[in-house]
Amino acid sequence: MNSTLIRAARMPDGTRADIAIVDGVFADPADAASPSTVVDADGLLALPGLVDMHTHLREPGREDAETILTGSRAAAAGGYTAVHAMANTSPVADTAGVVEQVHRLGRAAGFTQVVPVGAVTVGLAGSTLAELGAMADSEARVRMFSDDGHCVWDPLVMRRALEYVKAFDGIIAQHAQEPRLTEGAQMNEGAVSAQLGLPGWPAVAEESIIARDVLLAEHVGSRLHVCHVSTAGSVELIRWAKARGIRVTAEVTPHHLLLTDEEVRSYDPVFKVNPPLRTDEDVRALRAALADGTIDVVGTDHAPHPAEHKCVEWTAAAMGMVGMETALPVVAHAMADHDFSAADLARVMSARPAQIAGLAHHGSLEIGTGANLVLVDPDAAHTVDPDAHATMGRNNPFRGRTLGTRIVDTFLFGRRVYASGALGTPLEFAEAGPWND
Amino acid sequence: MKHLLSTADLSRTEAIDLLDTAEEMSLVSTQEVKKLPVLRGLTVVNLFFEDSTRTRISFEAAAKRLSADVITFSAKGSSVSKGESLQDTAQTLSAMGADGVVIRHSGSGAPHRLATSGWIDAPVVNAGDGTHEHPTQALLDAFTLRRVLAGLPASGPADGARGLGLDGAVVGIVGDILHSRVARSNVHLLTTLGARVVLIAPPTLLPIGADSWDCDIAYDLDEAIAEHSFDALMMLRVQQERMQQAFFPTAREYARRWGLTDLRVRALPSHCAIMHPGPMNRGFEIGAAAADSPRAVVLDQVANGVSVRMSVLYRLLTGQSAATGGREGQS
Repeated sequence: MNSTLIRAARMPDGTRADIAIVDGVFADPADAASPSTVVDADGLLALPGLVDMHTHLREPGREDAETILTGSRAAAAGGYTAVHAMANTSPVADTAGVVEQVHRLGRAAGFTQVVPVGAVTVGLAGSTLAELGAMADSEARVRMFSDDGHCVWDPLVMRRALEYVKAFDGIIAQHAQEPRLTEGAQMNEGAVSAQLGLPGWPAVAEESIIARDVLLAEHVGSRLHVCHVSTAGSVELIRWAKARGIRVTAEVTPHHLLLTDEEVRSYDPVFKVNPPLRTDEDVRALRAALADGTIDVVGTDHAPHPAEHKCVEWTAAAMGMVGMETALPVVAHAMADHDFSAADLARVMSARPAQIAGLAHHGSLEIGTGANLVLVDPDAAHTVDPDAHATMGRNNPFRGRTLGTRIVDTFLFGRRVYASGALGTPLEFAEAGPWND
Repeated sequence: MKHLLSTADLSRTEAIDLLDTAEEMSLVSTQEVKKLPVLRGLTVVNLFFEDSTRTRISFEAAAKRLSADVITFSAKGSSVSKGESLQDTAQTLSAMGADGVVIRHSGSGAPHRLATSGWIDAPVVNAGDGTHEHPTQALLDAFTLRRVLAGLPASGPADGARGLGLDGAVVGIVGDILHSRVARSNVHLLTTLGARVVLIAPPTLLPIGADSWDCDIAYDLDEAIAEHSFDALMMLRVQQERMQQAFFPTAREYARRWGLTDLRVRALPSHCAIMHPGPMNRGFEIGAAAADSPRAVVLDQVANGVSVRMSVLYRLLTGQSAATGGREGQS
């Protein structure tokens, strides 16, 4: 029996408690009388291991940007015990073969549970459905499908995808971007783009797709998840859809909760991202929506790029920001005005994403579930230094900012994969354990 | 002033100073030897990532009249088309000893990036970036306008404009504002100098967010002409490819509604100057009567472009200006 006792942690509800882990699952501390490891968590906050519904791990195909190993280490360092790897790899994750490869490489890395996302359409091209059933039935047990990076633009293809995945309780995660309205778009369309002379990405290009998709989801009775919601108008549409009983869930990124298009005035491509940074009004609406539950989850949209794709002029630069290692401190910082408790952080960064993605062993500290846990120092001011991060991507827009929350330990099914602020030893997924359930 | 990236960065004093220095420079063109020795031994690099023969030769002439060595780098057929980055290009030129860089680029913000990224140390002059800004074009427009408003010859040597702004002038800018770096630079500069700018365009060719600019906006050219007593009307070139992008139905409809037709020329106040940054699409945004009118100052704009660019290069490469030394800086 392998057991760990975490002493005197502050729980999400504010109480202090000991947390016991036996054979990879949470246990009653009374059953861990002589633990093999004891961790003193005095002054630390315990949260269920974070679950990211939205990362780009780049492997296979762009191992110069990130690998599943380096991305998994970044996840552990950011407190994530499960991350969803988007399908826009090369080759695209649109077959059982590719999702199984990603799944296998994630298990081999052992720093987080890598959950492959399957493409909705072949090659992300938007025309032909990928073999969604084969991916669902594969070793990877895919439940979430997304053409992220591209919008499933064709309304008929979107309708069919939403309907088809009902057979295995799947969910379609939409990258809402009307393609014609965003041709050549470089930043949010508004006062700043007018002045900077950069082609605009209008809010309506996101909102019109969300409006269409919630109505489609209602019509066919399917689950819809909206990736990286970025505008105040999108929030209103989702609020309306939820009030109507439509099964829609929504995600916001840490960067959309903190940064605005004013950053683009620097023309520094580290601020180039899709959807683009929006206005202060949008940021306020997103924060309020995350606080009141209209937006369900925070997803990082962690998008590493090699330096040569960012150290160029704005218009030539790639879109995307890394974010797994700064997500929790950024969200805690951004939500400070909303009386956002530890329980709220646990809800939007762990419990809800685990629930939406159907990960039974993640998202809670309940006895009997997977011992996925992060210990956090909520009062440890530090300056963000992307050069010290585990991800290969240095395109972190929070470089140089002072943030207050720091990840101390990450436990993946009881294995301390991140220990006292440094990478620990990976989990042997090949061995028997609750992760194989 | 280390770089010239945007006219929004120029104060009224700095702008007038540059225009006054340009007045000094315009005298050089009348000398037997059209050269000043002020930049002797210095190298100006013209980095043209986008074709623009007019602007390139204007900068070349300006640098040469100041006795600088000029290296012109055109992206076409160069390493840039083989994937060399802006960073590597800039650093290569820097290693060769560039004392000033003039950059033209199709991407908005590229000069800003060059100036602020730490890749090079030399002063950077924005010679037009994407749909962002074209500061020396706005300066030459302001220079020309200042002459016209003072009742002076629009180009060539003349006394009497120094120290003046454009206070009280009303300037209409007509056409494709959305894609125009000239319009953006002029809105900032002409306003800084005291003029009132009226933008006139189809709504499709005005950027969302332009309502936050310090200028007036109108959709109807005839109403604008009737309402404002324009001191100058600046017609912008409309690119042919806009026709395929549903910005307006046809070239004929555009010309009827926003072109400076012969009829509209007659409706303008008699003192109103007709400007165009060139090259003109005759019969489209500007009719023959307007283009060939004695009130057209299009060629004066071109001539003044050299003086203004001399002024900018002189200011940035020597740190001097009319106010701090002017022609005495020659010695």
